[in-house]
Amino acid sequence: MNLFHLENIHHAWPRRGPVLSGASLALKAGDRLAITGHNGAGKSTLLKIMLGLITPDQGSVEAFGQKRQAEADFHDVRRRAGLVFQDADDQLFCPTVADDIAFGPLNLGKSRDEAAAIVDQLLTRLDLMYLRDAITHRLSGGEKRLVTLACVLAMEPEVLLLDEPSNALDEENEARLTDILHTLPQSIVLISHDASFRAKVANRCLHLKEGQLVDAPVSA
Amino acid sequence: MTYVLSTGIEPPAVPALRRLDPRLRIVSAVAFAVTAVALQSLSLLTVMLLVAVMLMIAAKLPVGQTIKRVIAMDSFIIVMIAFLPFTMEGTPIFTLFGFPASYEGLIRAIEIALTANAVVMAMLALAGSMEEVTFGQALHRLKVPAKLVHLLLFTIRYIEVLRQEYRRLRQAMKCRGFRPGTNGHTYRSFGYLVGMMLIRAMERSERIMDAMKCRGFTGTLPMTQRFELRGFDVVFALGFSVFMTAMLMKEYLL
Repeated sequence: MNLFHLENIHHAWPRRGPVLSGASLALKAGDRLAITGHNGAGKSTLLKIMLGLITPDQGSVEAFGQKRQAEADFHDVRRRAGLVFQDADDQLFCPTVADDIAFGPLNLGKSRDEAAAIVDQLLTRLDLMYLRDAITHRLSGGEKRLVTLACVLAMEPEVLLLDEPSNALDEENEARLTDILHTLPQSIVLISHDASFRAKVANRCLHLKEGQLVDAPVSA
Repeated sequence: MTYVLSTGIEPPAVPALRRLDPRLRIVSAVAFAVTAVALQSLSLLTVMLLVAVMLMIAAKLPVGQTIKRVIAMDSFIIVMIAFLPFTMEGTPIFTLFGFPASYEGLIRAIEIALTANAVVMAMLALAGSMEEVTFGQALHRLKVPAKLVHLLLFTIRYIEVLRQEYRRLRQAMKCRGFRPGTNGHTYRSFGYLVGMMLIRAMERSERIMDAMKCRGFTGTLPMTQRFELRGFDVVFALGFSVFMTAMLMKEYLL
């Protein structure tokens, strides 16, 4: 069964013209799919369409076996597919790391105690316990990236959507991120400009060109 | 989108009113407002309103958008105008649910409505049709304190950046299943959101300051636009002054 199935997606920005013109994509369990394409090709737009943050002009979005159209259809999709934003600062808005990680579980109706337990368990697993009470906006770029990943993992998603996660990471933090991603059971959709990072994480690759997705080798 | 530098030369197709010296337009708008507030006679105020409408037509403002703006202002004062006849003492003309409405109150309400609409329309026609950056620079030339002008120019430049930041944070919250409700979690989360935006805005302002210093900023923004009074400006200024003086004389001397 496909986790995601996008068929013939068209999308145009007002004043900037079409970005997607007939893009299709199928994501199966166990897939670690990389998506490449030049700046502005519409990669981030594609991820946002998968989560219903952007409504495409045309085309169908099927997620977890159901057609998704209305805003309400996507509430469940957003819980089961976690998006890690390109800019970590877009995601972190709570005073401390623990608050931010607890935000998702609280939205899912967990009590504050349960959320706190999830925070501790997750930070221990990712070896980030030392950041638990750190102030989010004072974290380094690498720390912010790992914390945003933790925030998304706290919701226990079945799919991870990663938008240029290795951006601006030093070698050490990138290796750490790669290690963490290897231990995760989730299917992954990965947008990355970094060929060696893609080769380490992905097992499939699609190239976004002129608004369409075409098969491409994982390491080009 | 506005640009920090604009050419100062507006294309020739713009109506004459918009080609007036920006400084003159601001001063005229303020003078018109002061005059309108000083007048009490309903007939004179009606003349002011007609002049304001004529200015709007001369400035060729987009009709729909302008009406929307005027209505937005009216919706602020409508409640006050509706209550005024009932709250002012005077000769009763009719009663509504047992409350007497006074003739004096009704007159006052009409006066306020006429004044407010005349002022807003004249402002929109004279000052509102101006490029924001031009407006800022004209204020600077009119000796408005530089700090206030800078505040205005930076607000214009960054308000959209802040809006975008807010929108992205809200999207990210949505992605993690946030749906606002009436509960502590919602209030706390919105509190965090506002707090984080304030902190980011502070930090961004420091970064902008650093970047400006790196490019030689010492506290004064270079004002690039040249303003000059031309023949038509002088004619307009004279005509406008004569008209308003006449209105004031009619009200207070005759």
